Amino acid sequence: MAAALAIAPDRTDTAWPALRWAVARDVKLALRSRAELGVQLLFYVVVASLFPLATTPERSTLTLIGPGVLWVAALLASLLSLPRLFAADHADGTLEQIVLSPYPLVALVGGKIVAHWITTGLPLVIIAPLVGLQYALDEETLSVLAFALLIGTPILSLLGAIGAALTLGLRSSGSLLALLILPLYVPVLVFGAGAVEAARTGVGASAHLSLLGAGLLIACVGAPFAAAAAVRIALD
Amino acid sequence: MATSWFRYSSPASFYPLAGRMIRWFAAAAALLAVAGLVIGLVVAPTDATQSDAYRIIFIHVPAAWMSMFLYVVMAAWSAAALGFNTRLSAMMAQAIAPTGALMTFIALWTGAFWGRPTWGTYWAWDARMTSELILLFLYLGIIALRNAIDEPRRADKACAVLALTGVVNVPIIYFSVYWWNTLHQGSSVSVTRAPSMAAIMLAGMLVMALAAWFYAIAVILARVRIIIVERERGASWVASLREVRHA
Amino acid sequence: MLEAQKLAARRGFSTLFTGLSFRVAPGEALVVTGANGTGKTTLLRMLAGLTAPAAGEIQWRGKRVGSFDPQLRAAVAFSGHLPALKDGLTAEENLASLVALEGSPAASDDIAHALDEVALSRQRTLPARVLSQGQCRRIGLARLSLAARPLWVLDEPLAALDAAGSALLARLLGRHLANGGLAVIATHAPLGLPEARLSSLVLNQS
Repeated sequence: MAAALAIAPDRTDTAWPALRWAVARDVKLALRSRAELGVQLLFYVVVASLFPLATTPERSTLTLIGPGVLWVAALLASLLSLPRLFAADHADGTLEQIVLSPYPLVALVGGKIVAHWITTGLPLVIIAPLVGLQYALDEETLSVLAFALLIGTPILSLLGAIGAALTLGLRSSGSLLALLILPLYVPVLVFGAGAVEAARTGVGASAHLSLLGAGLLIACVGAPFAAAAAVRIALD
Repeated sequence: MATSWFRYSSPASFYPLAGRMIRWFAAAAALLAVAGLVIGLVVAPTDATQSDAYRIIFIHVPAAWMSMFLYVVMAAWSAAALGFNTRLSAMMAQAIAPTGALMTFIALWTGAFWGRPTWGTYWAWDARMTSELILLFLYLGIIALRNAIDEPRRADKACAVLALTGVVNVPIIYFSVYWWNTLHQGSSVSVTRAPSMAAIMLAGMLVMALAAWFYAIAVILARVRIIIVERERGASWVASLREVRHA
Repeated sequence: MLEAQKLAARRGFSTLFTGLSFRVAPGEALVVTGANGTGKTTLLRMLAGLTAPAAGEIQWRGKRVGSFDPQLRAAVAFSGHLPALKDGLTAEENLASLVALEGSPAASDDIAHALDEVALSRQRTLPARVLSQGQCRRIGLARLSLAARPLWVLDEPLAALDAAGSALLARLLGRHLANGGLAVIATHAPLGLPEARLSSLVLNQS
């Protein structure tokens, strides 16, 4: 029995089991509260439907503003779901256990970000082209929209995680999170909406998409570390 | 030599040093500002295309340079605060943010007043002004985060992480805004092309930039002294300060 | 094996404690008592590595450990005020999740056995949101016995436990100490452990 009191085996130095643990747990929890996921998607659909009502149902105008609107709505929907990333675990004490785990915190946080994207970003990728039909965009453009969102929504989750960790437990954390993160989202918006616009006008979206991809790589490398540091700061 | 400077890394010893430095930087800033304004308002020739309205660039451009420079300096102090876990580095970063935000705001405001008579509109969504606007949001975000966190050490570290995240993103944001702007360049005059610089105009802007820099140093040192007194108020050396005893 | 030297803690502008030094040897439990607001929770969080002391240092097995130190994280089991359970997971899923997080995933037999030991076999497949506080605390006890870490840092472990639960905690603690483990416990009520294994630390208002 004394042997069982030995320090946990060395394999806790590896990141992969930690990532798997976090993704599996968070996705399982999200699927069990399906209503929450549905609400975010509904929010996206409603917001995207507001713009034609606010401007004009005229097709030519809608195709002009479509790419931008579809992307801004995605940004806002993502902001809506971000506070949940760490707040739920913080409220029931699980976050303390996560932070005290022998596994690398970067891997655990990275896993939570992946789970967040699977449950919020990925459904957007699927829904957005359907909503895009409201803006009279053709299939070619809509497929570029889906692809651009596929690359861009993970960046939103990655950057958003930093903001969510920094604002953990603060008053009016939702608005503060938006203020902190939206400026950082600007490049994603420019290249993402630009890609769709380029596809719409037939110019070719490859440059935009490559830049988005580069942004994703940078975010993947940097954001989990910043978010993990921010989580530790928030719990200090 | 290094050890003698590290003596000033505690708030208690930095406080009087900062107090002595302020008056020199303030005086230098005032002199340079007078010189710069004389160059800008009197000596520099009237521009052929933009008449006298262009003279506002002698405030606009130095303010914009300072806004970007101060963000980088703030990020450097934030890195020191996280890396060495020192309170004074964090206090310096805390002191820089409001001045940086002010410089950004001045740049935006004067830029709008430059735009109005020159191109007929206060806001033209050109790349530089849009980037300045986003920089203002970044500064305001740091100030807002600082105000939202009650515990000072947590606020120090959180704002440091945010500042470093911002400084990494600023080049990316600027690049994306320029990209966005060049794609949509209409037939309107390029507002990013300043009037072709006569040497005297450049000299005027550099003098004003130096003035702005020294002004910023003076103000930031004054602000950090206030921050030190506020945050170290439990310490005995604070209680014995003349300013505090007579307060 | 756990040593604290001249620890100091501050909250905002007030000092909670200074110059705190103590040593806890294998097989010993340090019981921390004191009025509310004297810094018991802060001290325990420091020992678990969640927060850095304002002054002083903590040593685990002879080596200095700072906050979030990997050596400490691998050795400590921390139980705070909150039960650290997910509402949406069942009792056994929660237990499995917690022990997997600590780096020693347990087989489902072991999970079932551990829940049996804390008298929760019938609640095994119930989601944590329908369990009472006392039952949630027992899952925490099951986690402590399964994960078998050397250092237990427990903040008010008797809260919400009934008499049977308290007896269970005493039994688990006794077994842990007999096996050479250490514990630091903040509590208001007596733990029911043999006096020989206990040392006491009282925090006063400073």
